[in-house]
Amino acid sequence: MVSLANSYLLLAAILFCMGLYGALSKKSAIIVLLSIELMLNAANLNLIAFSKYGVAPSITGHIFSLFSIAVAAAEAAIGVAILIAMFRNRGTSDIVDMDSLKR
Amino acid sequence: MISNLVAFFSNGESLMFFLLALGTITGVVLMNSLTKVIHMVVALALTFISLGGLFIMLQAEFVAMVQVLVYGGAITILMIFGIMMTKHDGEEPQEEKTTPQQYTLLGGSVALFGILFYAIQKAEFVPAAFNPGVDNTKEIGLQMYTMHVIPFEIISLLLTVAFIGAIVLAKKEEE
Repeated sequence: MVSLANSYLLLAAILFCMGLYGALSKKSAIIVLLSIELMLNAANLNLIAFSKYGVAPSITGHIFSLFSIAVAAAEAAIGVAILIAMFRNRGTSDIVDMDSLKR
Repeated sequence: MISNLVAFFSNGESLMFFLLALGTITGVVLMNSLTKVIHMVVALALTFISLGGLFIMLQAEFVAMVQVLVYGGAITILMIFGIMMTKHDGEEPQEEKTTPQQYTLLGGSVALFGILFYAIQKAEFVPAAFNPGVDNTKEIGLQMYTMHVIPFEIISLLLTVAFIGAIVLAKKEEE
């Protein structure tokens, strides 16, 4: 019976890389936020996989991933609020137009 | 090879893992290839819910429920609201040809995946027994209120501050 631990880690690696690519290549700010959520979720999958298959399996991994979910939710709320404020003031939600710090 | 595959798919756990991983990766690939922003968000909802299924397979029932509630429900809906309030057409602006920057990004992501793949393949896992307790939620509650009280309080403070900040940021400014 082969253990599935490596498969879970590989799946998390795939998710993280796709999320990284999405976060850096997409033009719409909402999708960039969602890609960041995806990367956090890949890290959560790793935490939970290690809490079952790791060297010292324990339930602490679950608690850590709950904390990370809470932080991700706060980040998503703040991100959407910033986008709405940005859209009200500048009339755009494209990443390429967010360059006032460069000028 | 064939017998390996047959052995893999005749095992219930492996089969379930395969189906859920397929759902997860399908969602991510669709997110990266669709053009309408709303469709991308729905594709990612598929990913989040499949991940919840994977958490159940890893004996993390409580985290799975939180995942489905927070990610599959709240964050997806929040993002859809964000699109409704900011987008005019909801169309991801497409460029005609791929820029060199995007090739670099793709190369970088694939290289990162290569490194991770190599490291994961090299890793050896000693099987150790995981005892999630009879009641997963109860175990988590006991640990959270004994060993992790201070992080828990800090997280609650962070959430309060974050939501007040979000309301202040998004509320209509006075002229």
